[in-house]
Amino acid sequence: MCLAIPGEVLTVDSGDLRTGRVSFGGVVKVICLEYVPEAQPGDYVLAHAGFAIARVSEEHARSVHSYLAEIETTP
Amino acid sequence: MKYVDEYRTAEGGIAYREAIARLVTRPWTIMEVCGGQTHTIARFGIEDLLPDAVSLLHGPGCPVCVTPVEAIDRAVSIASHSGVVFCSYGDMLRVPGSDRDLLAVKATGGDVRVVYSPLDAIELARRIPDRHVVFFAVGFETTAPGHAMAVLQAHRSGLTNFSVLVSHVLVPAALERILSAPQRRVQGFLAAGHVCAIMGIAEYEPISRRHRVPIVVTGFEPMDILQGIHMAITQLEAGRAEVENQYGRAVRREGNAHARAAIDEVFEVGSRAWRGIGTIPRSGLRLRPKYAAFDAEQRFDVAEVQGRESPDCVAGLVLQGLKKPSECPAFASRCTPDAPLGATMVSGEGACAVHFRYRRHA
Amino acid sequence: MHRLLDELLLRVVHSPSVAERHDSAVIEVGEQRVAFTTDGYVVNPLFFPGGDIGSLAVFGTVNDLAMAGARPLALSLGLILEEGLPIETVGRIAASVQRACDAVGVRVVTGDTKVVDRGKGDGVYVTTSGIGLVPAGIRVSPARIAAGDAVLVNGDLGRHGVAILATREHLAFETTILSDCSPLVEPVKALLDAGVDVHCMRDLTRGGLSSALNELARAANVTITLDELCVPVSSEVSAACEILGLDPLYVACEGRMAVFVPEAQAARAVEILRTSGACPNAARVGSVEDRGGSHVVMRTCLGGRRVVDMLSGEQLPRIC
Repeated sequence: MCLAIPGEVLTVDSGDLRTGRVSFGGVVKVICLEYVPEAQPGDYVLAHAGFAIARVSEEHARSVHSYLAEIETTP
Repeated sequence: MKYVDEYRTAEGGIAYREAIARLVTRPWTIMEVCGGQTHTIARFGIEDLLPDAVSLLHGPGCPVCVTPVEAIDRAVSIASHSGVVFCSYGDMLRVPGSDRDLLAVKATGGDVRVVYSPLDAIELARRIPDRHVVFFAVGFETTAPGHAMAVLQAHRSGLTNFSVLVSHVLVPAALERILSAPQRRVQGFLAAGHVCAIMGIAEYEPISRRHRVPIVVTGFEPMDILQGIHMAITQLEAGRAEVENQYGRAVRREGNAHARAAIDEVFEVGSRAWRGIGTIPRSGLRLRPKYAAFDAEQRFDVAEVQGRESPDCVAGLVLQGLKKPSECPAFASRCTPDAPLGATMVSGEGACAVHFRYRRHA
Repeated sequence: MHRLLDELLLRVVHSPSVAERHDSAVIEVGEQRVAFTTDGYVVNPLFFPGGDIGSLAVFGTVNDLAMAGARPLALSLGLILEEGLPIETVGRIAASVQRACDAVGVRVVTGDTKVVDRGKGDGVYVTTSGIGLVPAGIRVSPARIAAGDAVLVNGDLGRHGVAILATREHLAFETTILSDCSPLVEPVKALLDAGVDVHCMRDLTRGGLSSALNELARAANVTITLDELCVPVSSEVSAACEILGLDPLYVACEGRMAVFVPEAQAARAVEILRTSGACPNAARVGSVEDRGGSHVVMRTCLGGRRVVDMLSGEQLPRIC
């Protein structure tokens, strides 16, 4: 099962479980942040079945395009 | 949407199409492992962008497809109990069991509900203490941390009206099985990016070495898949066989330690039956004895349910990449999405359904 | 099951429109052509963002009449109420029916109410039938779909389905998406009054754009091609679909239609739609090919091709 969508953490709440309100292109859902405890408002996380499973690395996010640029210039 | 739209551009599609065409000097067969990746390939028409020399085989990474028919029968049996609220991901509702599916149970009065998250099932159990809530815990490693959290929550709160029906499978064992088949066609893998986001990359290295096969951990957007294919073919053309990470924005080498700790606390590794393939040792997860109180199989005494499969269904061979859907005599005649013989035709990502829907007219 | 029901019931229904798979039957009464349609409405929840079962029942039936090119005249209203439904709920629904009728300029002229035991209904089931008059010289039908026709839609897709899902417990999310539940009478009138040679129209309901186009492709025996980059979907609907794993092409709409016009009139028709009614996102989404076969194909945003197949059953949220 692999559908996970990137969303921006808006707020973090600690109750019984650490959760956050996460915005996916304007649609907001409460997501459990227990598995990404370092996530802060402004960070992007990948959410799967109500859980954040990873923080999105901005640095690596560009690698899909930089790889393309590299292979396009390679003979 | 950020981190989505930028990986779905026409320019990117054209650029990768040309790059892959320049790269390829001979035929290659690559398997994408995860059902979500198969979905992307079908939805965006990615195979149209590949040269004829590159064949994609759709692998067994669709839990809907590999969930054994006995597990569906157990689910149907439990869901038919009055007093039970049976919660499941939407994907599982139309998978055929020996007799019927969960949607049929719902249509005839069973309380079957689609939920987005296992925590929704926990919340439901808290709200309706006089009913027993069962959650169908199906999936690969990606869903396991969520299921673990649900069990831990139930344990901490002392919930007595909640249990899980577990049917978890593990990817590495499936890859080993595919690679060990004597007639195997697969020469390179796109590994399941979100599974690796949880589990890390290390367990794929011995597989890659032992079988001399490139494994590229790949994401789910169209340009992720295209980059993954380009990286795999680059290795194949150069005679290399390594594990590489295309999906760096989500996957770290060590994976997610917190998630793995939760999985380890709640589950233990055991052998599992894979629909159409058979039992593979050390290929699944089951609840540890400490959490047996939450095991729906024991609670409802359905462990001994025996499933019945259509003898005409070759889903297992399709899942292992040993047969193409079009090579099945029942394909598109006796077996269609409306009247499926096996799970690979029911699931939107099943190789047979994908072939039926997207390739038939092209 | 549905196919079986279809076969059994179609033996009883005598109408060329049914054979044509058109939304309304058109019957000749003297010099006039009368469009006649009926529909049952079952929705959960009864009140959703942007509408309710009352407005849905009025607009749905009025839209079916409009799809035949007819000006709606009158409706009947049948209610099956579950014992125990608060009377105030019935009042709210009635008020909504009235508002919807006023918005369209149509009246409910006859009706019926029955009460069933508690547990035998989903609160309320509504059936509306409607009649309308098709102006002389207007013939709108799947039989008129021709190779080379342009395929248009009057607005962005998937709002109704997403608005409903957002209210379902266990799928709930915060969103400002409202159902697009609305009448199509004005946009249709604008097209016909402007002399656009509308070949066919079909309102998009359950199963979204894909179902409507697949049904028409089969009825007219043509291949329809779509360009994904031209299909209007709002960013919020798109995001909600991503989260739930839904394809917007299959998500229900309630105030949207597909319109088939000759190629030469496509641009003008889009302009007319954009300036009439609430259709700022009206767009041309594809064309009718004549390659034989009866299916729908789409050129994806990446430049690949996929077949947009008929959906078997309702689209369910997925996790895979």
